[in-house]
Amino acid sequence: MADSSDIVLDRRDVVSRILAARGDALLVTGLGAPTWDAAAVGDHPNNFYLWGGMGGAVPTALGLALAQPDRRILVLTGDGEMLMGIGSLATVAIQKPENLAIGIIDNQHYGETGMQETATAHGVDLAAMAKGAGFGLTATVRTEDDLVAAIPLIFDAPGPVFFDIKVTAVDQPMTLPEKDGLAIKHRFRAELLGDTAQK
Amino acid sequence: MAEQTGWSDEVFSILRAAGVAQVAYVPDAGHKQLINRCIADNKIKHVPLTTEEEGVALLGGAWLGGERGALLMQSSGVGNIINMLSVSNECRFPLLMIVTMRGEWGEFNPWQLPMGQATQTTLEAMGVIVLRADAPEDVPETVAAAAKLSFEAGRMVAVLIGQKVIGFKNWDK
Repeated sequence: MADSSDIVLDRRDVVSRILAARGDALLVTGLGAPTWDAAAVGDHPNNFYLWGGMGGAVPTALGLALAQPDRRILVLTGDGEMLMGIGSLATVAIQKPENLAIGIIDNQHYGETGMQETATAHGVDLAAMAKGAGFGLTATVRTEDDLVAAIPLIFDAPGPVFFDIKVTAVDQPMTLPEKDGLAIKHRFRAELLGDTAQK
Repeated sequence: MAEQTGWSDEVFSILRAAGVAQVAYVPDAGHKQLINRCIADNKIKHVPLTTEEEGVALLGGAWLGGERGALLMQSSGVGNIINMLSVSNECRFPLLMIVTMRGEWGEFNPWQLPMGQATQTTLEAMGVIVLRADAPEDVPETVAAAAKLSFEAGRMVAVLIGQKVIGFKNWDK
């Protein structure tokens, strides 16, 4: 059984500090709290917010990474969302996208549905699963020092890289970004692709 | 297994001509030749999946990045993609799916029947436009029509290739 008493990192602080270092990286967020976190720390036209499609954050980012090999692609999603699409780690690993980074904001709970425990609260090790799939760089981030070391690697280390970031299970105020999927898509494509976006 | 002949090669050419750059798939015997053509082509990124719903999400991401894609699967895979179609629907991502049918014409495995018989209804319930091809000579133009609907009209489209086209599964081989 994993011990949650040593979890100290705050999810909003973690997401804020990661995204402060984003440069021109493109971001895909998984449904629920990671989408609220990204919106809370600053809306951005390079953000694609998922509000549904649980399990789809990593494969969405993979399709984007294959289409945009010269841009860094970051996924921030939750432990429950990752677990639902866990097979996608194998799909990513065999494509070996050097520009893809996955960050799990792991509070060990299903935050949107009543804070039921996920499997990571019971010792399931997401970083080990990514390593088993074949990711070259995987880590579990627990401390301030771990986080400081991880942030540059998220953006610069050859991908695919995987960081399971343990955060406290504390409710945060919900900050909701645009929820019209069509509008989110159009904005993202217009920013990335410019005049060719509608072709 | 019935020999696949011209239609797989023609479909490959149609996908190339439509600008498809990512082909995602969970294998089916009926797609064997088309998958092999995609693997052999260095301009198409071929993405084997662990489950078909990854392909729906993947192709949404591809479109976000400016690339077109196609998803190849068997009819049983349609059962695995239902909720992920919400994303394509809400974001109006083009989604081109080519589905080889089981559980219909001459099927010998009763376990294939529930999903095979529900495939078209399920897709349509989720808002997918369904086109069928039940003769080999109809497959290429049906895929071409679906590609146009998908990429130019921006819709989710599935081509169901009837089991009659694929032929009976031969378990004596």
